[in-house]
Amino acid sequence: MSVSEPHNRSRRRPVAPTTRAKKVSRPARSGPGAPVIEFRGVSKLYAGGDIGLDQATFSVERGEFVFLVGSTGSGKSTVMRLLIKEIDCTDGMIRVAGRDLEEITRRRVPLYRRNLGVVFQDFKLLPNRTVYENVAYALQVTGGTRREIRDKVPDILRLTGLSTKLHNYPEQLSGGEQQRVSIARAFVNHPPLLLADEPTGNLDPETSIGIMQLLYRINRTGTTVLVATHDQAMVDKMRRRVLELSRGRVVRDEATGLYARDETTREFAARLRGAGIEYPEV
Amino acid sequence: MRLGFFVRESLRSMRRNAAPSFAALATVLVTMLVLGVFIPVFQAATGAAESVRGRVLVDVYMKTSATSAADARVQKEILALPHVKSVSFESKEQALKQQSKQDPAAYALLGSNPLPDTFHVTPDNPGNVLIVRGELTPKGPDGHPGLIDPAIQNVSNHTEDTQKILTITSDVKWILFALTVLLVTASTLLIANTIRLSLYARRREVEVMKLVGATDWFIRWPFVIEGVIVGAIGAMLAILLLAVTKIALLDPLAANWSLIAAPRTIGFAWLVIVLLASGVAISALGSGVSLRRFLRV
Repeated sequence: MSVSEPHNRSRRRPVAPTTRAKKVSRPARSGPGAPVIEFRGVSKLYAGGDIGLDQATFSVERGEFVFLVGSTGSGKSTVMRLLIKEIDCTDGMIRVAGRDLEEITRRRVPLYRRNLGVVFQDFKLLPNRTVYENVAYALQVTGGTRREIRDKVPDILRLTGLSTKLHNYPEQLSGGEQQRVSIARAFVNHPPLLLADEPTGNLDPETSIGIMQLLYRINRTGTTVLVATHDQAMVDKMRRRVLELSRGRVVRDEATGLYARDETTREFAARLRGAGIEYPEV
Repeated sequence: MRLGFFVRESLRSMRRNAAPSFAALATVLVTMLVLGVFIPVFQAATGAAESVRGRVLVDVYMKTSATSAADARVQKEILALPHVKSVSFESKEQALKQQSKQDPAAYALLGSNPLPDTFHVTPDNPGNVLIVRGELTPKGPDGHPGLIDPAIQNVSNHTEDTQKILTITSDVKWILFALTVLLVTASTLLIANTIRLSLYARRREVEVMKLVGATDWFIRWPFVIEGVIVGAIGAMLAILLLAVTKIALLDPLAANWSLIAAPRTIGFAWLVIVLLASGVAISALGSGVSLRRFLRV
């Protein structure tokens, strides 16, 4: 069951330049047609006998913006945890940018993770570092020089709208701001793939729109974005491709073709706000 | 380069986690203090036990009529026996000189020399002293112990006393050894446990670092360096306290009380090195190893 839609390919954009990032283990270069994410018959059985995923097959093309939806326990988080190789699948094959995750040894997992930006529901910021240091840590991990950090961090924080909060600690920020820091940290290395697990789960609707807008802006630089969420209303309005999971199976995979592919982030946000009564105009 | 970064990271985390760091430091301090007191005590006690055991000898008394040729022959025979480390010869003249020093009046009265030539036989190990004695007095065909050489008058016989000394000193050594093992194990566990607690408080931080793509050693180095710093400071404070105690209390006493000044105990400089090294090693290893659990993300 190949689910990649032909018209998705036309949206493919050049990948954001990543050559500046040092010491990052690149995934095996593959042909231009290779999907960024490919799940083939993937199953995950947890130790207690719970089914995380059951024969899930799907693929995500370069530059796509994909929602992963489903109720609690449907397997969304399992997909995310498999992709960051926090856990291994029991059956099937997962490829990211053409590379089989099975082949990555434990020692090389950190190098693999540097190719991913990951955003979590609970932000996962380092509590005793400032906003600036939190973002800088992602660069320090890859061996980034001080100069590189001085160059990149303020840029990315400006992009995420945090220029005035550089020296605040996470506990001094609102939830939305913390999530912006976490997105800035995820994107500072310009990874080809950004994963977001319930990024708006703890946020109010208006703040959520801001976060989605930010994710969309990142998507427009060519980064593939996969967002797991149970916020059905948000998904309906975004009109992006939706993968629905239920009890570990892919039960729906549809690309809503009704949106303008090149809409600006401003238009995008306006549509989000206008499209539903749940999100009042501010 | 990287080292500067890691050191800055560990200093930052110590500043921000002052309470757990202080707890670890205090644990190292107390443990090193106990070790610092116990090592010399242990050494003085084993030293005393050793010196008692060292005095366990077999004396071989020659007949007073023995010629110097017979002495040379017997010496050769004794040296040929197994478990004999050394033999020292004490001629009757030397023995007389020695004895008359202790009681000049009595020996002056005697006029002639009643003392025989003597061999002091040192076994290779105090525990083998009875074996050596047995070899010097092999059982003859009639079942009664004989002597290996007709020029020998007799062989000293303190079987019971020797046995007692050997048992008691060996028990003392074993008890001290067990105490040391117990103490070192307990202190290592105590330090490791304190470190583990402080790491547990920061396990989420470690998890986040791993998710951002930090390698295990990138996360571990700051913790190890922190362990080194905490261990070094704790050990140095302990050494300072010990030095103060030594100068204020022990040194004045040592002049009057010989056990404290026992030459076999460790020198203070060595004690400092041992304490510093073990404090740093235990604390750094403890941090690095305890972290393993939390790195499995």
